[in-house]
Amino acid sequence: MLSQLVNLLAALLLLIAFAMLAQRRVLTLIKLFAWQGLTLAAATAIVAYATGQTHLYFSAGLTLVLKVILIPWLLHRLIDRLQVKWDIETLLNIPTTMLAGIGLAIFAFALAAPIAQMASTITRSTLGIALASVLLSFLMMIVRRKAVPQVIGFLSMENGLFFAATSATYGMPLVVELGVALDVLVGTFIFGIFFFHIREQFDSLDIRHMEKLKDE
Amino acid sequence: MNAGVALQVLQSILVVLIAPLVMGWVNVCRAWLQNRSAPSVWLPYYTLAKLFHKDAIIAHTASPLFRWMPYVLFGCMWLAAGIVPVLATDLPFAPAADIIALVGVFAMARVATALAAMDTGTAFGGLGARREMMVGFLAEPAMLMTLFTAAFISGSTQLATIVDTLAHREFAIYPSLAFAGVAFLMVLLAENARIPVDNPTTHLELTMIHEAMILEYSARHLALIEWAVAIKLVAYMTIGFALFLPWGIAPAGDWGALPLALAALGAKLALAGAGLAFLETLLAKMRIFLVAEFLSTAFLLAVLGMLIHFLVHA
Repeated sequence: MLSQLVNLLAALLLLIAFAMLAQRRVLTLIKLFAWQGLTLAAATAIVAYATGQTHLYFSAGLTLVLKVILIPWLLHRLIDRLQVKWDIETLLNIPTTMLAGIGLAIFAFALAAPIAQMASTITRSTLGIALASVLLSFLMMIVRRKAVPQVIGFLSMENGLFFAATSATYGMPLVVELGVALDVLVGTFIFGIFFFHIREQFDSLDIRHMEKLKDE
Repeated sequence: MNAGVALQVLQSILVVLIAPLVMGWVNVCRAWLQNRSAPSVWLPYYTLAKLFHKDAIIAHTASPLFRWMPYVLFGCMWLAAGIVPVLATDLPFAPAADIIALVGVFAMARVATALAAMDTGTAFGGLGARREMMVGFLAEPAMLMTLFTAAFISGSTQLATIVDTLAHREFAIYPSLAFAGVAFLMVLLAENARIPVDNPTTHLELTMIHEAMILEYSARHLALIEWAVAIKLVAYMTIGFALFLPWGIAPAGDWGALPLALAALGAKLALAGAGLAFLETLLAKMRIFLVAEFLSTAFLLAVLGMLIHFLVHA
């Protein structure tokens, strides 16, 4: 029953990854990112309860504080200060991106199937979903032109990796998780500062302008 | 076997008779939600009776195809309603067609409608037919994928077997079925010309799809088409019940469960009708080019449901 609940949450995680891929607005993207963090925290807490691994409770709490509250709040402030009101531009149109996403999901599922057979955790069947959400976030970073959605893609990729660690081996050691969490937080700050610099330099957050920086 | 035949006849007649009532109920709910005074629930019956008493007018340029279409459409929908296990799974008709053939029956009705719409050569007919075919070719794969998800879970493409398997399993959470359910809902809205895709009550040339196709019809032909549309809605709803809410449908050979099945069907149809009206009040009509995105999302959800089934339950 508990593993079914984890499966359901995993499916929800994948759905949110696809929703982020299809999303056109920055604000909704941040909301979806917060939801993804919440789903991840719930899944981690259920795995912790089902297996009695206490350190997973800590990582669930860490996810809740960091990825559901702190980082979305930071991103909100950031887009307020940057006055990012535009809709997101994508390189591919949305249905094509979705089809590419389905292809990636099939690839990830096929890739994870042999690994999952060797694992003995109750969450082994969700490994494919975790891998798929990593790849989908990666795809999102590729098809988006503006800097803010790319950073959200990066952060949601970290969510996917975290879930992969939970489903394959019941999470990383707590020290590693704390380190990663701190890295993500610091990364968000640095990206924030970066945004201001990019905009000061080019009057835009479109990262195509950075190609002009090449040496002739 | 005889009991099965009796049941088949009973179900087929019942579906045809209650279809306008369901349509009326949806309209009443919609009026309530939109703060309008509601028409009578029986209004679709009065409309049908009125249309059957009028003289049919047919364009001089129309070929026999134009006359046959309402009968083909009505026949297809009646056949579809006979295949779906509405009250009981013991239907002698059911082995004749599985879910893939069922989608084929709906496709045949669509082709007949589109051909008849283009037959008179009016601008609106052609426009409606093209749009309908666009919606159809996007909705059909999503519909098939949804049905396949349920078929994989129960190991059969026979609707009766699917219902038997799904209704009598022990309780388990199927994420794949949840995905398929949402996808099915989106396909239902598109296929039945309901609001985010098409508005069933408008005759505004820029937006109509289904109404544009049947603009040339009058009297008994129009009545048959409207009736068939109502049966189609009920057929889709009952397919949805069979796949996602199969509780209450009487198992084979159990006559005692029939009153319960009847009550369950009534309750489900009433709830589904109210839900449909609620959705239609909540949503706005989409631009025609957004329909592709809407239906590709449905396809995506259905495919994801199927993939997750392989990953999680296999």
